[in-house]
Amino acid sequence: MIEVDQLTKRYGSVKAIENVSFRVEKGEILGFLGPNGAGKTTTMRILTCFLPATEGTARVAGYDVFNQPMEVKRRIGYLPENPPVYNEMTVDTYLDFVAKIKGVDSTNRKARIEEVKNRVSVQEYSKTLIKNLSKGYKQRLGIAQALVHDPEVLILDEPTIGLDPNQISEVRQLIKSLAGNHTIILSTHILPEVSMTCQRVVIIAKGKIAAVDTPENLIRQLQGSDRIYLEAKGPEPTVTSQISQIDGVLRVESHRLDGDEAFSYSVETEFKKDVRGKIAKKIVESGCDLLELRTMSMSLEEVFLQLTTKEEEVRDR
Amino acid sequence: MKNILAILQKELRGYFVSPIAYVVLTVFLVISGYFFYQIVSIFVERSMMMMMQSQQFGGPPPAMDVPSLVSRNFFGVVSTVILFMLPMITMATFADEKRRGTIELLLTSPITNVQVILGKFLAAVTFFLIMLLPTLLYYIFVYAYSSPRMSFGPILSGYLGLLLLGAALISLGIFISTLTENQIVAASVTFGAFLILWVIDLSARSGGTVVQEIVSYLSILNHFEDFSKGVVDTASLVVYGSFIFLGLFLTYRSMESLRWRQ
Repeated sequence: MIEVDQLTKRYGSVKAIENVSFRVEKGEILGFLGPNGAGKTTTMRILTCFLPATEGTARVAGYDVFNQPMEVKRRIGYLPENPPVYNEMTVDTYLDFVAKIKGVDSTNRKARIEEVKNRVSVQEYSKTLIKNLSKGYKQRLGIAQALVHDPEVLILDEPTIGLDPNQISEVRQLIKSLAGNHTIILSTHILPEVSMTCQRVVIIAKGKIAAVDTPENLIRQLQGSDRIYLEAKGPEPTVTSQISQIDGVLRVESHRLDGDEAFSYSVETEFKKDVRGKIAKKIVESGCDLLELRTMSMSLEEVFLQLTTKEEEVRDR
Repeated sequence: MKNILAILQKELRGYFVSPIAYVVLTVFLVISGYFFYQIVSIFVERSMMMMMQSQQFGGPPPAMDVPSLVSRNFFGVVSTVILFMLPMITMATFADEKRRGTIELLLTSPITNVQVILGKFLAAVTFFLIMLLPTLLYYIFVYAYSSPRMSFGPILSGYLGLLLLGAALISLGIFISTLTENQIVAASVTFGAFLILWVIDLSARSGGTVVQEIVSYLSILNHFEDFSKGVVDTASLVVYGSFIFLGLFLTYRSMESLRWRQ
């Protein structure tokens, strides 16, 4: 549905993005993940024909964004970072205006507007001036605006930014419910959002793609080992040596906990080898008190950090 | 065409929900009404004095066409007043879309830049017409009290001239609005540009060198004088047409370059 090939965008001598390539299949939700200033918005603006790329090509539904912008624009719904709303209009007049310029014909314009209003639950504010809407409702209206011509592709730039936790989960549900009928690209710098809503993730850092995969695969690939966190009361060297003897344990790190004789330990073990029982036994047998024991799974956050900081190290060298 | 209408409708609605439209309308009508009253009373007084003089010295009263003198002077005043009013009509056209980010909506929708520009231009011209409309009332009074009845020709050509002059200035104002995100900056620069046109016009009138002749021929304010006298010259139409085209063309180029400058 969307093919991005070797896209580069330069602002003067600064490269905003460099050789970015990825594909999005029909009906898929792709997460575009990266810190602020990584080039997410630039990429999206190129896909929506708002900006021309310096090099490379991008195709949406088979149409080139540079050579056939009208065809592309007809098939794309775009929510920029700030919802593009006119404060002095009411919700209805605004959606009517957008529907007109998006080419929704007059026969089913009314029906489409009603449908998207229901979809994002703003029907009760139909006659309200947009300037009186809360940030959350403006954001919803921004999504309604992107949906009004029933586009094949939706491009959402930070759709949950500035919303409260309730609204965030509502918007995520909404986006999920849109998948299938629409192909969606959404950008975010919030990690849980990606693992919650997206089927595939593109991690972008400093204008370059760092990884493309499913959230689960990314975590698995980078993990390679499991980690266990435990707290125990008793002499630190004894505990460390006891744990180290266990088969499957790779490494043990310890830290003194504040104002106590207790220590915390971080134990790295071989992947998928559960040694929690053995650890507990060893500690209790050695006469120490076991205070806490749990597995730590690597979050997408750590994957993200690992990927983006790796980049950093290469650069520094 | 449908897209142009959609933009036009949106822009016109935008004018009338903002206080600026009402301020501009009110100020314009107060000023133009005041000047109309002054001009009429000056010429009525003068014609009465001439009548009295002719009675004193005998002989027929000299002919004096008060309605045409009034309209000529009134159009002259209005053409100057709109230099102050039009920047307020054009300042928001693009600057505000850029500031609010709604330009992203327009540029990512399946409409062409030409449609956006024409929609905005026609909306501003329509607003300008709405602004001029009430001044027609003044002429109804002149007509009612004139004897012999005044002729409509010069009035119509005067309004045609005003419309063309206004459209030309609007096209320039819209272009300037694409250059900034700040409405105040857009309005100030537009006003400055109008003043420069005015100064050029004045300086061209004062002398008779070749350069001044050429400048006065190109000056859009100079061509307006013919219209207020009742003369519709093809050359003037061409000058206005070219000026409007140039303004809109510059707007188009500026809008294109917006994408590359971002």
